[in-house]
Amino acid sequence: MTSLPASTPFISPRARPVRVRLRAVFEWLMESALFLVTGLSVITTLAIIVILVHETWKFFTMRGADGQLLVPVKDFLTDSMWSPLLSNPPRFGVASLVSGTLLVTAIAAAFALPLGLLTAVYLSEYAPRRVRSLLKSLLEILAGIPTVVYGFFALTFITPNLLQPISGSFGTHSAMSAGIAVGIMILPIVSSLAEDALRAVPQSLRDGSLALGSTKAETILRVVIPAALSGIVASFLLAITRAIGETMIVALAAGGGVAQLTVDPAAQVQTMTAYMVQVFLGDAPAGGVEYQSSYAVAFTLFAFTFVMTWIGALILRRYREVYE
Amino acid sequence: MTRPEAPLTSRTRMSQVVLIACALAAFIAVTALASLLLSIAVEGTGSLSWKFLTSFASRKAASAGILAPLAGSVWVCAICAFVAIPMGIGTALYLEEYAKKSRLQGIIQLNISNLAGVPSIVYGLLALAVFVRCFGFRSGETPLSFSVDWSAMRILSPGDPDSLWFIQIPFGSGVLAGGLTLALVVLPIMITASQEALRAVPKSLRQAAEALGSTRWQVAWRVTLPAALPTMMTGAILSISRALGEAAPLLVIGGFLMVMQTPTNLMSDFTVLPMQIYNWSGRPQEEFHRIAAAAIIVQLAVLLTFNALAIFVRQSFQKPLQS
Amino acid sequence: MKPVPLENTTMTQPAESAPPERRDSSAVLPVAASAMPPVGAAAPTPPAAVAMRRFSAWYGRHQVLQAIDLDIPERQVCAFIGPSGCGKSTLLRWVNRMNDSIVGARADGTLTLHGSDLLGRTVDVVALRRRVGMVFQKPNPFPKSIKENVVFGAKLHYRLARADLDEIVEKALRAAALWDEVKDRLGSPALGLSGGQQQRLCIARALAVDPEVLLMDEPCSALDPRSTASIEALIRQLRTNYTIVIVTHNMQQASRISDTTAFFFEGRLVENSATDLLFTSPTQKQTEDYVSGRFG
Repeated sequence: MTSLPASTPFISPRARPVRVRLRAVFEWLMESALFLVTGLSVITTLAIIVILVHETWKFFTMRGADGQLLVPVKDFLTDSMWSPLLSNPPRFGVASLVSGTLLVTAIAAAFALPLGLLTAVYLSEYAPRRVRSLLKSLLEILAGIPTVVYGFFALTFITPNLLQPISGSFGTHSAMSAGIAVGIMILPIVSSLAEDALRAVPQSLRDGSLALGSTKAETILRVVIPAALSGIVASFLLAITRAIGETMIVALAAGGGVAQLTVDPAAQVQTMTAYMVQVFLGDAPAGGVEYQSSYAVAFTLFAFTFVMTWIGALILRRYREVYE
Repeated sequence: MTRPEAPLTSRTRMSQVVLIACALAAFIAVTALASLLLSIAVEGTGSLSWKFLTSFASRKAASAGILAPLAGSVWVCAICAFVAIPMGIGTALYLEEYAKKSRLQGIIQLNISNLAGVPSIVYGLLALAVFVRCFGFRSGETPLSFSVDWSAMRILSPGDPDSLWFIQIPFGSGVLAGGLTLALVVLPIMITASQEALRAVPKSLRQAAEALGSTRWQVAWRVTLPAALPTMMTGAILSISRALGEAAPLLVIGGFLMVMQTPTNLMSDFTVLPMQIYNWSGRPQEEFHRIAAAAIIVQLAVLLTFNALAIFVRQSFQKPLQS
Repeated sequence: MKPVPLENTTMTQPAESAPPERRDSSAVLPVAASAMPPVGAAAPTPPAAVAMRRFSAWYGRHQVLQAIDLDIPERQVCAFIGPSGCGKSTLLRWVNRMNDSIVGARADGTLTLHGSDLLGRTVDVVALRRRVGMVFQKPNPFPKSIKENVVFGAKLHYRLARADLDEIVEKALRAAALWDEVKDRLGSPALGLSGGQQQRLCIARALAVDPEVLLMDEPCSALDPRSTASIEALIRQLRTNYTIVIVTHNMQQASRISDTTAFFFEGRLVENSATDLLFTSPTQKQTEDYVSGRFG
């Protein structure tokens, strides 16, 4: 062990100290730059809200040639027909767009939520390690596929091969076709988040249940799932939110420009998102009533998803706190 | 004393049923994916060819190609990456290293997770008002425009579209607007991924650097950021692959469905691969479905490459941060 | 916040004056003459490197330290002992202001380093931490190479040429008794070293910036007995050049390596004296109970 003579400085006398004042200025610069960048993210949310509110306001205050309000809010909310282009006078009842969205979402949820949960249970409780990692990679791939691809799949595979053989009432476009495709799309969301929630349950709980003589299924149904419940519910909410906001699949597979208030899965429906695409693909003049209507629809959509994401995030935060 | 066996048998049977149900569910998920990929492969492989990759779209399906969408995707996603990645990392750095844990910070966090849940089409509407129309500023006939040719180091005459960096305000519906729109979509994801990466750096490293006399920026720049970088890069790659698949917001800001040229400057019209797939899928003719499938194969190939790249980055550069 | 020099010292030299004086005759950075005893005069007690008068500390509303009066003598090893939760680690961390990053931490009273106040709001903590180094309980080398770890601190505070850096690496590693083991692999990852080696690397890293005081927070508690022995020998050696304060749970360790020992209990300083005195004939009953193991 070599030792050091009495006191030899490590840093040679010719080394110059760092300029303190310069460094302080630099510190301040970096912090301000980062603060500005962070501010931009906050501003984005505000901007979305401000613009949607502003344009929606313009929509509801537009007056026709006779000086009357073109779209009273009451009509917007209670009219059962949405046909801005085909009817005269144009009808703007958002209920049919909302019902289209909800119908497709319900079908997607009926498909994806149970299947996703069971898959998550399988991954977390039963699957051997190699199967688990393989399955997880596959689900990750599924999660990354662009949504147009699901739309294409709905049109070219689901409709001809799955739906039309069952019943002739399924045309090229239907709510069911889009619903199943959206369901496949959100399946990985449910399964991966629910699996995280299930894995977060400590092994000691399972051990305690098994030691009392439960079967594995009983342990899962009576102990693990209830313990992970808030995480599972959060995963459901987030998946549903994603389904509500889905655009390309429904634009391709759910139907054309006719919005109907219906619960028939074989019917063609138009969702809020598909309508917005239709407006901008068409030649609606900026500032005109169709153009503004898409902002009103966007506001409705945003309200839905914002509230649901908020609730989902709160539930998710609560379940994380339980174990940490 | 032996107890009657009957209840146990039925319980065991139920346990097996549950196991089968769960395995079946997983199997269905896999089948769905497999049928998706297979049906597309069957439909589209026939149309894949070099000519397909290098020609433009046309009215006849047989001679149509995806050159314009490919180039458009490259341009738009490159701009998106340039904007979103630094901003995402910067915001995450500020939130993790600088901001005090106050209620305001909690609100900002919640805000960002909310933004991640907003449907991408809404970002299109936001971008329409802000970038494309600039709130109505200069929405008249002559937009404000200028161009700079960096390579020749000269300022060209106003509105000379020959320069790569030709910019006009409002941005209109060119690649710049498209890139910024996608950056909005991708930003919350990037911020969240970067924050997770920074949180994974153990506190002991930061304390060691602080105890040696580092300032906050020095700790972040010299210790925390390098340690978190591989995970951040993985997050960046996944964000870009998400951006590559987006179509809805770009449709809203006015991307065209039939573009016959590759972009030449920042204001050029563009189309991206998902939009082209949407266009062809929506046609009734069978031939267009076939080339749509071929385009999807290209899209998925790109996606898989990005995923593989992300995994590669994670494996190669991830090193242990503490013993 | 603009950094302002510690009172009574100048942190940076004006460009044209002589480079900072070094350890051989006085503190690294010039100190007001009144704070140091005259060179050569026989001092009855060693001067205090760190001095506290009525020092109290709180975390939020909870008071962890009460009116501590303590002098830590220059160039000696002072051990802080006491049961868990008595505040010794907290006190240690106040000396280099590491508690600043804990929300709600505050202190009152006087805490000085060679006469300069450490508690004022204008104290430049970055510069302070160059003068007061810290070694942590669990070794925490950066995920970088051995060489990069050692020079990390030096590069923060000085502009150094490549040759200077190599010199620093060798001297610091020799001082930490690690040079012979790693001199052939300075570029290899620091995390590849064993636990004891990593801790010695952390010591080398702390020494490389020429501190005056070295704070050690239970540095051996995560190590095996052999590594512990080598680090204890190292501490005894380092004493000739540095003032060392070591927090330890292990009373035998304190009696082995320290010159003075301070016993804390529930936030109060119960007794502080030369180590052999404290362990063989403590004046306070509490001290006696603790060192004889009646409570822990």
